[in-house]
Amino acid sequence: MTFLTALSIVALAVLFYNFSRIRAISAANGVQANLHSRPSYHGLYSFLWVFLVGVTALIIGSILTPHPMVLFGVVAGLSAAVGIWTTRGITAETRARNKAERIVTGILWACAGVAVLTTIGIILSLVFETYNFFESLGWRVDKFLFGTRWSPLSGLQDGVMDPDRVGILPLMVGTLMITAIAMIIAAPIGLLAAIYLSEFASQRVRGWVKPMLEVLAGIPTVVYGFFAAITVAPLLRETGDLFGLKIASESALAAGIVIGIMIIPSISSLADDVINSVPQSLRDGSLALGATKAETIRQVVIPAALPGIFSAMLLGVSRAIGETMIVVMAAGQGANLTANPFEAVTTITVQIVMLITGDTDASTAAGPAFSLAFTLFCVTLVLNIVAMRVVRKYREAYD
Amino acid sequence: MISMTELSKKHVSPESAARLKKRKSAQKRLQMLGIMAITISGLALVTLLWSVFGKATGAITESYIEMTIELDADEIDRDNIRAANFSGMAKSMLKDSFPYVSGRTPRRQMYDLISVGAAFELRDMVMENPSLVGQTITFEFLASDIADLYLKHSYGQIEAAPHTGDISLVTEGKVTTIQSSAPDFAPLLVSVRAGLHAKAEGLRTQAQMQENGRVVFDQRAADGEDVEVNLAEAIRRGAARDQFYAQADELDALAAQQGAVFDLDSRTASVFVRVGDSWIKLETISETSGSGEILGEFTQDSYAAADWELMVYATPETARKVSDIQAMLLENLRDADKIVTHFNTHFFTAGDSREPELAGVWGAAVGSFWTMMVTVIFAFFIGVPAAIYLEEFAGDSRATRFVEVNINNLAAVPSIVFGLLGLSVFIGFFGMHRSSPIVGGIVLGIMTLPVIIIAARAAIKAVPPSIRDGAMALGASDLQVSMHHVLPLSMPGILTGTILGMARALGETAPLIMIGMVAFIVDIPDGPTDNATVLPVQIFRWADFPERAFEARTAAAIVVLLLFLFVMNFAAIILRKRFERRW
Amino acid sequence: MTNVKISNRHVDVYYGDNHAIKDVSIDILDKTVTAFIGPSGCGKSTFLRCLNRMNDTISSCRITGDILMDGEDIYAKSVDPVQLRARVGMVFQKPNPFPKSIYDNVAYGPKIHGLVDNKTDLDEVVELSLKRAAIWKEVKDRLNESGTSLSGGQQQRLCIARAIATAPEVLLMDEPASALDPIATAQIEELIDELRHQYSVVIVTHSMQQAARVSQKTAFFHMGDMVEYGDTTEIFTNPVDQRTQDYITGRFG
Repeated sequence: MTFLTALSIVALAVLFYNFSRIRAISAANGVQANLHSRPSYHGLYSFLWVFLVGVTALIIGSILTPHPMVLFGVVAGLSAAVGIWTTRGITAETRARNKAERIVTGILWACAGVAVLTTIGIILSLVFETYNFFESLGWRVDKFLFGTRWSPLSGLQDGVMDPDRVGILPLMVGTLMITAIAMIIAAPIGLLAAIYLSEFASQRVRGWVKPMLEVLAGIPTVVYGFFAAITVAPLLRETGDLFGLKIASESALAAGIVIGIMIIPSISSLADDVINSVPQSLRDGSLALGATKAETIRQVVIPAALPGIFSAMLLGVSRAIGETMIVVMAAGQGANLTANPFEAVTTITVQIVMLITGDTDASTAAGPAFSLAFTLFCVTLVLNIVAMRVVRKYREAYD
Repeated sequence: MISMTELSKKHVSPESAARLKKRKSAQKRLQMLGIMAITISGLALVTLLWSVFGKATGAITESYIEMTIELDADEIDRDNIRAANFSGMAKSMLKDSFPYVSGRTPRRQMYDLISVGAAFELRDMVMENPSLVGQTITFEFLASDIADLYLKHSYGQIEAAPHTGDISLVTEGKVTTIQSSAPDFAPLLVSVRAGLHAKAEGLRTQAQMQENGRVVFDQRAADGEDVEVNLAEAIRRGAARDQFYAQADELDALAAQQGAVFDLDSRTASVFVRVGDSWIKLETISETSGSGEILGEFTQDSYAAADWELMVYATPETARKVSDIQAMLLENLRDADKIVTHFNTHFFTAGDSREPELAGVWGAAVGSFWTMMVTVIFAFFIGVPAAIYLEEFAGDSRATRFVEVNINNLAAVPSIVFGLLGLSVFIGFFGMHRSSPIVGGIVLGIMTLPVIIIAARAAIKAVPPSIRDGAMALGASDLQVSMHHVLPLSMPGILTGTILGMARALGETAPLIMIGMVAFIVDIPDGPTDNATVLPVQIFRWADFPERAFEARTAAAIVVLLLFLFVMNFAAIILRKRFERRW
Repeated sequence: MTNVKISNRHVDVYYGDNHAIKDVSIDILDKTVTAFIGPSGCGKSTFLRCLNRMNDTISSCRITGDILMDGEDIYAKSVDPVQLRARVGMVFQKPNPFPKSIYDNVAYGPKIHGLVDNKTDLDEVVELSLKRAAIWKEVKDRLNESGTSLSGGQQQRLCIARAIATAPEVLLMDEPASALDPIATAQIEELIDELRHQYSVVIVTHSMQQAARVSQKTAFFHMGDMVEYGDTTEIFTNPVDQRTQDYITGRFG
């Protein structure tokens, strides 16, 4: 029925398009040059009005969910009424083109607004649940931020959580440990690869390596997760056994290494960009003083590109913190407060997934889950903003 | 006072030459580090693809067991074929084919050789061709995952071991004793003993881990933290530790047994004496003799060395899913050429299933298709107008900059947050249907929106102002210029960006899990409002299933996903090459 | 008595298929300022960059002929461009101070070449170089500030100080004053005249007045050819070739 109603809106819009067009032609007594706007603009004007009013009515109607026939009647009636209103006053002087264009520009504006709406939507939904959750904790935000025990659902009494069991410190430590391992892998490899590609590699080598890094960047995270759980974790465990180390089958190490591999391409491509944007004149200046290429890179190019490299690293950290699938599949789920990378740890994202997909009543799990997500959102937002600022400053310095 | 001319001379001194050598090798080192970094990334990629593709090969084929079955007209009502008990018929067929398999557990294991889906496939065939009722036909029964894995050697194999002796058989009641003229079983005793000791060591390691845990919980209890809970846990761990130690001692005792007769059980290798289709699974062995129960029929009292086989299954029964009975039957079937291997059509035509051999990616692929449709419609038809507005109409106002910052930030928000947005807004607030492509598509669309806006703006920006000026000069309005001139010219760039954005969305998993697209859905979705799952979520679910056969299927599903991504990226590259324009 | 510092014989330079320098032979004298003049695109900068092998950094560039410095072929296998560039300093058209402190900019060369062993000596070299580049007075109290914080003319003098600190024998200058205002230009020109007593200086310029003011020898380049070479006063007052005369009288440029 909804489909039929939508179809009727389109049909009405087309009908009034033609109706207005014909009215306009007759208003010009058949001589089109008499018209301010071409007949098709009169048609477009009516079309847009009928369509927009119809769709708006349909959306509002779908939320209110009246009887389908009532909905159909109201929507079709409204559309038709608007249609008649737009065709009523058509004369040769009507500035239909300007009016229609104003509507189209308005639509374009609204589309651009969706991005802002999304941000507002994210913030509102996160803040709303977080507020409720903190209120239920009696505003013990300190317990949330600095508590060392995370098992929110175990201390549940009448839907209220025990403030002593919602400390996110273990999750923070887990997240940071995995991020640190990932960055230990990705930062040097990504940076060295970028240096080699931009300063040493021949065109041919670049032609091979760049697509390879793009492939690495295009692999979905769930595939990385599978790789971590099925290949890397057992490999680590066996290697650990060789040296008498106990590495759990779900460990921070496996997840961290694989996240590191995942963010190598983004770090190397960002670093490649910033290294390339260091002006050639600086390299020439150093080479002309008799510096080797390596000295030029280490003492001139890298210091000059440092802000850009720094923000590339920040973006890498932000991606590692927000990564979900790899840690869900390979890092484990128990909230251990440990500094041992060979043990299972859990992260903010893993806990969000567990809370939302778990068996607990959705409204109960939403509180801690959305609060975690809000924390995650804030942390990554700050990292991104800082990174973008640094990059902008850096670009301004050389442009 | 330093003289610069003196310093100049240093440049041509031998010290300078030596120094230069060092500086050059520092350069070589940096270069080597770069090559190493690239090699490591390359190796990581190769390892990843290798492990995925390698595991996926296990899912290329599936095994069928070819059997003759009588479609008894008494059992099947021609007018209501659907109601007939095909599964029961298949079971009795197996019972008739292997009459020597007796007892509840062995029978059940025998039935487990064929998939639960095989009976339905038989039914479907009969329903399509009712004239088969009353006939005896040869039908290929889909093998179960366990049978399939055994046939693909995933659990190791029953293998023939060397022997030289002639044997004589003496049957007393159920137990048959075999006496060989040579110490044929002696090598097995060594490996059996070694295996038992190794197992015992493994158990001791586990016991030690339990002990470590016990210490921790004991300490927590001593620290006064949740005393009761922690104390109970400590006691539980202590008990588990003792159990592991006891088991380990038991195994060592078993291995140390020096008597002539050595007990075999499910923790040791399995040993068989085989003549043709008939087997004796040995319960005890000594160097020259063994005893066990007959499975099949032995017509003679003695066999020359050339007429019997000594068979060994090195993997203990507890360490594999396939039982000895199943393995013996499968060996018989294979030797009788009753095992047929086909391309794995189930995998490409079926929806999800809890039975690995019946599970397929078609349902998830269709779900992905509907989801992507919604995503592309949403993201493209909002993203492109938004880009046009920002690029062509919006001045450099504070508001525009705010929107820009917004878009850039959205592109970097963790994907899981978009999932929560979808959960609270579309499912919570608008009450839309969980796990439907429409919600998933919109969430992915919102996520892809910044990507498309950024790509579209770049494409629009690349259109030179001369085109705009030319159209303006002909009296076109701003809107006409954008719609008639700028947009068509920037379309290839916009489409390339859209395809790349879609490729990213196709691989997204976390936000879809948030909005409940992880449900178990068997049916193939018919439209964007049906229940559905998508490829990456299917991969995530299968990766979590304990059945070994799902590992190969997960890898194969990844291959399918990567293939789609490859095609999309390739299309984007072609599009870019084809329409690349230099102004 | 002035000796030949760099002797060039039949030098040809190609950029891919483009024949940029055609059979140029010229002797560059020690303790003399030599100016290369000519219209833009005539190859004077390209030729300058041959003298310290900066063209090596461009992969499509190919050079034939002999360039001898103190009788030694600088393109010989045994000569490392890195070592050569320490002996042949260069100053570029646009000032390019490193994003480091003023002190570190000047100390860069001595440090990488290991010219001095201790901090005191290094301080001395830095001070000496800055003084010689006539910028010491302006920067002596702000040696730790970034080199990029200086004005354009100061930056260029810093770059000259940076080149001097490496203790070269020859100093190449590629239109060193073209990006500067008249006052800064005058300072640089004065400086070049000073430097002549220590080094062999080669300066590329498109300003004939500048060439006339600072150089003793002048070479005129035109479309890859070296048309005329001689004493600056001779070239400007009594050119032999018609093209030289056309150029210095402003018929083309």
